[in-house]
Amino acid sequence: MSHHQSDPGGGAAPAIVARGLVKRYKGVTALAGIDLTVPQGTVLALLGPNGAGKTTAVRILTTLLRPDAGSARVAGVDVLHEPRAVRRRIGLSGQYAAVDEYLTGYENLEMVGRLYHLGRKRSRERARELLAGFRLEEAADRPSRTYSGGMRRRLDLAAALVANPPVIFLDEPTTGLDPRGRADMWEVIQTLVAGGTTLLLTTQYLEEADVLADDIVVIDHGEVIAQGTADELKLQVGGERLELTVSELGTLERAGRVLEPLGVGRPTLDEGRRSLLMPVTGGARTLTEALRVLDAEGIALDDVGLRRPTLDDVFLTLTGRPAEDDAATTEVGA
Amino acid sequence: MAMPTVLSDAHVVARRNIIKIKRVPDLLVFTTLSPIMFVLLFAYVFGGAIAVPGGADPNAYREFLMAGIFAQTVIFGATITGAALAEDVKKGIIDRFRSLPMAPSAVLTGRTLSDVVNNVLVLVVMSLTGLLVGWGIHSSVGEAALGFALLILFAYAISWIMAWLGMLVPSVEVFNNATFIVIFPLTFVANTFVPLESLPGPLQTFAEWNPVSAVTQASRELFGNIPAQVPEPTAWPLQHAELYTLIWTVLIVAVFVPLANLQYRRSTSR
Repeated sequence: MSHHQSDPGGGAAPAIVARGLVKRYKGVTALAGIDLTVPQGTVLALLGPNGAGKTTAVRILTTLLRPDAGSARVAGVDVLHEPRAVRRRIGLSGQYAAVDEYLTGYENLEMVGRLYHLGRKRSRERARELLAGFRLEEAADRPSRTYSGGMRRRLDLAAALVANPPVIFLDEPTTGLDPRGRADMWEVIQTLVAGGTTLLLTTQYLEEADVLADDIVVIDHGEVIAQGTADELKLQVGGERLELTVSELGTLERAGRVLEPLGVGRPTLDEGRRSLLMPVTGGARTLTEALRVLDAEGIALDDVGLRRPTLDDVFLTLTGRPAEDDAATTEVGA
Repeated sequence: MAMPTVLSDAHVVARRNIIKIKRVPDLLVFTTLSPIMFVLLFAYVFGGAIAVPGGADPNAYREFLMAGIFAQTVIFGATITGAALAEDVKKGIIDRFRSLPMAPSAVLTGRTLSDVVNNVLVLVVMSLTGLLVGWGIHSSVGEAALGFALLILFAYAISWIMAWLGMLVPSVEVFNNATFIVIFPLTFVANTFVPLESLPGPLQTFAEWNPVSAVTQASRELFGNIPAQVPEPTAWPLQHAELYTLIWTVLIVAVFVPLANLQYRRSTSR
């Protein structure tokens, strides 16, 4: 049996295809019929707040959960009809570092290799290879409960790679990590995808999707609410933002009134921060024009600038609420 | 999937659990310390107040006691499976196993077999304690081995109930409380620590049909711990203690192996 090759199934067949996935738990709809397509060798980020259905989607695609409706193929194999064959072709790293805390890093990886049926010798070699590759060599023979959170996550990711699977699923790979741990993890993931592995990752961090993914699918309440590249999503919400802070609160409303004709949407005023935000097109020309208008009105500014929309703007526009609010509540369990 | 794969996968899983016994020796220390404490407590504190058939000899109670303590201890040993699985479900380790191309039954088989290893170690320690307080084996080596085998086998069946329960409950704490409530009455309302004749009517009937009584009675007989002058028990399960124990063992395995495997395929973290 082969552990290394996916079933090509006709050249450029996508590595992951899901159609109409539905999952309900006791009256709650976790997935309301989502479609996903991930071409081989690309990275798809499933982006959404906690409870959006990201983990449910990953569990269905990794054979852990059966959907109530819909179908899926991973690495050319039908997930519902041949789960065992799918498991030979995937690696999963879940939301919590699922490593045995009493086993050493080496023992954890060796065990996973044996359970992929790589054989004793190959399992041992592979464990050492991965520990070196993930900068865990020095900690290799210590029980993993002595590891830091970041090290444990790296070990968990290494476990997903033991059999060199062509398709990898990472469920919130950086939730709960500090900025340093997150940056380390990103680097590891970038190296991985440079090698041609297909990756589906879920995240609540907009920045993470922006940095790592070729394509982004935004889901909320079990439905796909937007998809595209990071740039495409940003375009959906309009071009740049003109952002400025007035020196005196009393002039804020007037600034909004005189600037409105320059924008492509209505300006949003934030009295607490004396700031104004307005979608614009035309770049530097618009900025110069805005400064001229404000100067003529005698409105003094503390700060002014143009910025490209972030994925936070995307999320806010699409769902009517910021993504970070939800993200904050999930840190508790992480 | 072919049988050899199930066995080799189960072996890999069992090895994981045995490494844990090695790394956390406290676990074994405490699972053996509490029964040793029980032996001492019953032998020296309660023993004097409990009259057993076999006379006034102070050793008579210790002879009587040990099989009961063995039975209770191996049944508690069987709960390790459930607590460990509850923990594995919560930590996502079951998710990892379920995402691997291994034999699905191997996790539970490996887990329950690790309990056997643990129980064998505990029985060795307890037998030595028993010998120190004046208990002895007065039968043949074969009969004694059969007595120990019966205890281990019955506990192995119990492990499967615990495996099912461990994956059903939301946390280790719930599991521990739930099993405590069930196991304590089962192991005390029996002939484990007191003679059945001392129990009031309905409790006595319950105790007579309680499989824990049967496994205790069977090992008592097989270790030769029942003095000749003690009359034959009147209840059928105790007259046929070995058979009755085996019937329960088979019944539990037949029901709970499939149930536990079904629960394993359904369980995901949270």
